[in-house]
Amino acid sequence: MILRTLLTKGVKLMSRKRILSITAPLLAGVLLAATACGGTTQGDDDDGGGAATGGTADPDADYQTGLSIAMLPKSVNNPYFDASSAGAEAVVTELEGTYEYTGPSDASASSQVSYIDTLSQQASDAILLSANDPNALCASLDQARAGGTIVVTFDSDVEASCRDLFVSQVNGDEVALSLLEMAAEQTGGAGEIAVLSATANATNQNAWIEAMEAELESNPDYADLELVDVVYGDDEDEKSFSETQGLLQTHPDLKAIISPTTVGIAAAARYLSGSEYQGEVALTGLGTPNQMREYIADGTVTEFALWDPTALGELAAYTAAAAASGIITGAEGEVFTAGDLGEYTVEADGIVTLGPPTRFNADNIDDFDF
Amino acid sequence: MTTVADAPDQTPSAGTGSTALDLILRFRALGLLLALAALIVITASVNPRFLGAQSIRDLLFAAAVTVLLAAGMTVVVLTRGIDLSVGSTLGLSAYLTATALSSGTPVPLALLVGIGAGAACGAVNGAIVHFGKVPPLVATLGTLYVFRGIVYFTAGGSRVNASDLPRGFLDFGSGAVLGVPYLFIISALVLAAVAVFLSDYRAGRDLYALGSNPEAARQTGLPAGRRLMTAYVLCGALAGLGGVLYAARFGTVDASAGYGMELNIVAAVVVGGVAIFGGSGTVLGAGLGALLLTVISNALPVLRIDQFWQQAIVGALILAAIALDRLVGLRAARALRRKASHVD
Amino acid sequence: MWTRFRSSGALRSLATWDAAIIAATVLFLLIAAQSVEHFGTARNAGHLVIDLAPVLLLALVMTLIVMTGEIDLSVASTVGLTSAAMGVMWNAGVSLETIMPLAVLLGAVLGAVNGLFITGFGLPSLAVTIGTLALYRGLSYVLLGDTAVADWPRNFTGWTLGTIGESGIPNLLIPMAILAAAFAVLLHATTWGRSIYAAGANPIAAAYSGVAVRRLKFWLYVGSGAMAGLVGVLWTLRYSSARADNAYGLELTVVAVVLLGGVSIFGGKGALPGVLAAVVLLTAVQNALRLAHVSTEALTVVTGSLLIVAVLAPNLISSAGEALRARRRRTA
Repeated sequence: MILRTLLTKGVKLMSRKRILSITAPLLAGVLLAATACGGTTQGDDDDGGGAATGGTADPDADYQTGLSIAMLPKSVNNPYFDASSAGAEAVVTELEGTYEYTGPSDASASSQVSYIDTLSQQASDAILLSANDPNALCASLDQARAGGTIVVTFDSDVEASCRDLFVSQVNGDEVALSLLEMAAEQTGGAGEIAVLSATANATNQNAWIEAMEAELESNPDYADLELVDVVYGDDEDEKSFSETQGLLQTHPDLKAIISPTTVGIAAAARYLSGSEYQGEVALTGLGTPNQMREYIADGTVTEFALWDPTALGELAAYTAAAAASGIITGAEGEVFTAGDLGEYTVEADGIVTLGPPTRFNADNIDDFDF
Repeated sequence: MTTVADAPDQTPSAGTGSTALDLILRFRALGLLLALAALIVITASVNPRFLGAQSIRDLLFAAAVTVLLAAGMTVVVLTRGIDLSVGSTLGLSAYLTATALSSGTPVPLALLVGIGAGAACGAVNGAIVHFGKVPPLVATLGTLYVFRGIVYFTAGGSRVNASDLPRGFLDFGSGAVLGVPYLFIISALVLAAVAVFLSDYRAGRDLYALGSNPEAARQTGLPAGRRLMTAYVLCGALAGLGGVLYAARFGTVDASAGYGMELNIVAAVVVGGVAIFGGSGTVLGAGLGALLLTVISNALPVLRIDQFWQQAIVGALILAAIALDRLVGLRAARALRRKASHVD
Repeated sequence: MWTRFRSSGALRSLATWDAAIIAATVLFLLIAAQSVEHFGTARNAGHLVIDLAPVLLLALVMTLIVMTGEIDLSVASTVGLTSAAMGVMWNAGVSLETIMPLAVLLGAVLGAVNGLFITGFGLPSLAVTIGTLALYRGLSYVLLGDTAVADWPRNFTGWTLGTIGESGIPNLLIPMAILAAAFAVLLHATTWGRSIYAAGANPIAAAYSGVAVRRLKFWLYVGSGAMAGLVGVLWTLRYSSARADNAYGLELTVVAVVLLGGVSIFGGKGALPGVLAAVVLLTAVQNALRLAHVSTEALTVVTGSLLIVAVLAPNLISSAGEALRARRRRTA
């Protein structure tokens, strides 16, 4: 049984896409008669929703006190969101509001829906949300917003029409450029590189990978760098670990791995540090200093980057408070002051960007604790 | 070993004592070995690096924890039970061990903490099954969530990082002698010990009796309650030890350690020829089953087969294994009947 | 027939469990409405109905299966696989009107596979459905991977969340009520229903009295799969998202409510009203805990504990009762 599976699949290296491409037309063919006579098909429904933010902004208004703000992360029990929550809580406390950190223990969209429903029933003034699915939450978010709750997404966005504002950790292209730059520095600018990503449909990761590919094409400095593979560790420690193993076995000449996810880079670093590839294959990407400290110390990793998740949480809280206080509405060009973080401008599509990522290496890593 | 009354002697490994069944059971191990060999040859022919020292070491690292848990699961399944909470137990033990170590507890003591936590979880399972007369499936499905909830509760969003753990512990976790990781050696030794326990000790052999005919076993005066508790506590303790090994190997431990692992362990045991009805099977078979599953999951990325296939393969293997067992069982029964009629 | 039921001791103790769980549910709803802010609102009640729909629908067939002494752990994976298949078909341009019956059909086929292994080959349902739990979930990942298909037409997705006119009664309530009533009638007022009890209580006796036990069980699995297919459709439209991980782990909740509702895991005993009450109770407890800001960890522990307690409690009660009777006999 296994043998047969592995023989047929192993020799033909049949991928999921391949199967889709075979089965999809087959199904379509079988069902042609049924579909031909009409019915609701993909693309029929183009209304798209799009609740435009109404009202006008009063840039000179003060932050209201006593706001109730809740943070709903992808899942609780995640150190990254703990750090964001700490930042948001500090801001809400400073504004004399009430703060709650709540969410499911599994990172699934359907469990987030229940929490959004609960929060909107409790009539929270604002929800800070990192979404597990760009669409599945929309119906609940629409309801919450209809009830007057401000929805600010951070870290991972939903459809622009389902939220008021999105606080982006960084400008996507900047991340891609930083990652490539670090990889080029560490490999001497030539050789095979590969990407260890999170999940295959993670919006932010895919955007960065695309931007990297474009830059590799167009920038003559990177002419000798070749992106040979993209694998997905699903943001699971063990899977990222074994995908790293697989990468190194399939590509003997690999010079560097870029992992734009905190789970991936830590797992890859752990694998490299205990293997014969330590020091031979460079590793860079996005990671937290606490997780990577050891691998910087033992020389597995030279330099990596990340934004400060605590600052991200702070900015998300300020953005939500500003929107709830009427200082901003989410329209392009509006300006607000986010405490010590400084002044921020709302970009197109209601996006607020935290700033360029910080790079960590042996010289500065001990200055950070998150 | 305390011996109780005179229970009828049970032939351990074969369960029935018939040579025909013996052959089939040995066949199972042989079949598994053949499948393993074929899989390795195919993968290596696609990518010779699969047989490199590093790759084999990686494989044994990954197998260490699975083999250990499969040994524990075998003991429970032999009694007609099942322990679905092993993944959560491992998570709890791994987290407690790592926390203990990071706060400066000496390694031997932390080891005891891990195994003790596992044994305690096992005792809870055993008590619910034996005293509460709750079917093992239901009891351990429940504790799967309860234990995981406790891990979430104690761990919250915190994570123990490799840098918090003592250097020596991590070196042991990633160390190897002659290319064989220490962790795998521990698992292999434990597996051998459990095999000896099951075949050479009354308490171990009683488990076969309990599984093949609980009523009869009880009537012959076998201390069923104590044996059941032994089985669950042993399974829990091994999952606890698995948690310690997990911490040593990965260094990073958070609340999700071992999440969803139970399915693979059950699959390993069933594929290894341990009957889900209880009463027959060996730890060696279960160990081979665990090894096979590990090789499959390590071979997939090398063969460039999407990892998404892995779970489907595990499911298909479970179905194939139980169907095969049934087929073999039917054949054997028919053969026995034919033999009996010849004698007449 | 009714009198025979009455006279049976087991049935009588069951009737009390049934009544107890219904009373507990009503009591909990009353207390929560009083003490938990926002719980008693019409809006929350609407959310509750929508939230409990998948569990309720799956529990209807699961009750019958458990009553025959079997189990189906693959239901949640079947939901996931039908949802993933819906996504693939939708992407291929098939109309939703065609997809929906096909999804139910696919569910029925997946259920038939379970039924074939269990009744055809005589394999234990526990092992078979653990296998298909992994297999079906794995196949849904093979189909969709980590991607989501989300562009479902709003008039369909809106219906699953909508209410009848301005009444505040969720659209879903009517079909749910009809299905629940149909299953209750089937189980408690037809010969077919009695044959389910018979097959679970004593399969050999049932076979002698003319019940085709194997065929009965096979069709129950087909029904379970078809219902899971229907839930797959509902889930996909309700969350407007076809994903491979849809309904992950839901089998636990379904088994938990069936057992909590007083159905014996060994088969032959149980009644639908208790199960329906248990569905409401479990969903309401989770909902109330969330509203009361109780942490997620507690929710996990509560679900697991309820499952154990559901089986443990009647065992303890019956053994306590036996001890009491034994003492009375001794003193008499």
